[in-house]
Amino acid sequence: MMKPTFSLNRHLVQRLGFAGLTVMAFLTVLPIVAVVVYIVVQGAPAISWEFLSGFPRGGMREGGILPAIIGTLYLTIGTAIFSVPLGIAAAIYLSEYAADTPLTRTIRIAIINLAGIPSVVYGLFGLGLFVLFLRFGTSILAASLTLSIMTLPVIISTAEEALRSVPQAFRTVSISLGATRWQTIRRIVLKEALPGIITGVILGLERAAGETAPILFTGAAFFLPRLPGSPFDATMALPYHLFVISTQVPEMPIQIQYGTALVLLVFVLTMNVIATFIRSRARAKRQW
Amino acid sequence: MNKIVIENLSLQYSDGTESLRNVSMEIPANAITVLFGPAGGGKSTLLRCLNRLNDLADVEVVDGKVIIDGENILDPKTDVIALRRKVGMVFARPVVLPMSIRANLTYGLELAGEKRRSKLDEAVERSLKLAAIWDEVKDRLDDPAIALSGGQQQRLCLARALALQPEIILLDEPTSGLDPLSTGKVEAALQELKKDYTIILVPHSVQQAGRTADYAAFFLQGELVEYGEGSVIFTAPKDKRTEDYITGRFG
Repeated sequence: MMKPTFSLNRHLVQRLGFAGLTVMAFLTVLPIVAVVVYIVVQGAPAISWEFLSGFPRGGMREGGILPAIIGTLYLTIGTAIFSVPLGIAAAIYLSEYAADTPLTRTIRIAIINLAGIPSVVYGLFGLGLFVLFLRFGTSILAASLTLSIMTLPVIISTAEEALRSVPQAFRTVSISLGATRWQTIRRIVLKEALPGIITGVILGLERAAGETAPILFTGAAFFLPRLPGSPFDATMALPYHLFVISTQVPEMPIQIQYGTALVLLVFVLTMNVIATFIRSRARAKRQW
Repeated sequence: MNKIVIENLSLQYSDGTESLRNVSMEIPANAITVLFGPAGGGKSTLLRCLNRLNDLADVEVVDGKVIIDGENILDPKTDVIALRRKVGMVFARPVVLPMSIRANLTYGLELAGEKRRSKLDEAVERSLKLAAIWDEVKDRLDDPAIALSGGQQQRLCLARALALQPEIILLDEPTSGLDPLSTGKVEAALQELKKDYTIILVPHSVQQAGRTADYAAFFLQGELVEYGEGSVIFTAPKDKRTEDYITGRFG
């Protein structure tokens, strides 16, 4: 027999449960908010036009961080040049052409696992392959290629997901109207999957922009008196510069460290905001 | 005149399950031929064989021929793109492409290389009129097709198939999701269209089969049980199984 007190009890348990979940959710957001607020408060005083547009001076204890900003920009663009076309092509192949065989299943698992490799391992691999074996030297080219390999799995798996989310019926209808598979992909599938693909690309590049380990041995310079002039030059970069001034320079003014961290944070968060904007706008415009 | 001749056609799924067993039939031009029977009988598979849409699925031809205008379209050398322009298809669920009404109609033509605006506009108007939806959408051709009602979307899909000026139209339960009024409009459009086209329809009910069929073929578990003029099949079927199905004793 069910008594009313039982149901009262269940209500209470449910309320406590939901309250617990709400508290947990807030707890997870707290550290993220704390990091951002702390960096902004500590770093904001360092930000000035001179800081953003000047070269480091006085053993990097004074002046600006322009070469690091430009270097990170170069590395991000370089990574995009290699990883975006390759990643999207691979995703199209896996989603639209590859049959479901043990081989393609293995490729998929490999891609997922590539994303889990520690970034310092990519750095060593890049040193061996691009810097030494292919003789690119410590350069933007070698660093971009290393970052590309690290970014590819992210781009491939998000792009493949975006392609797969386009309803199968669109493909069938398009084929029934006399389209080839490639025409169907180009005119329907890619068009509909594009916002999802762009989001994945930005998230991948954002990770590349913030990484230190992969560029440590492949392209990052401790200090350069001028901006890099070619892809075969080494470059300064924001994450590595932050590492350097936090650990390698004695008597480093703390606000320059936090200022650098703030610039890196803004760089990465801006990319994030753009990705979110593209995604939400595409969702509102979607016709299926 | 026979537009399509099917000879001893047997199909199976890639796991070896039989889909169609030794089907032979002749489908005349300028008439509505109805393929009916309980689910799983192989009607849709046969339909998708006629425009080689089965190429996309795991269905393989075991034996037999499908001859359209004297050519065996199952031949690997067949130009499937040209075939699909000649054999249009309307699906059970109206699937409008994510673009405007006009773009849905011109999609196939543009792929076929038609660039002239006048030709495209002409095709849009002609096909919408044929599908009996012109008056409802003529003032909003550039609106997203998804904004149309379900019944309008399905007639748009019919118009989209007609825009390519096919000779044969395949319809796979085209009114299964529609209200009776919209269903009536689609059926009326088909009666007009049969003057110029060969129409093959998988109906969503026996009643629709009875209403629309000039010729009717009863399929049961991959086998063509009985085939003949609709007026005969639905009043005096020869096979006991056909009679039992029509009278609602099973299905």
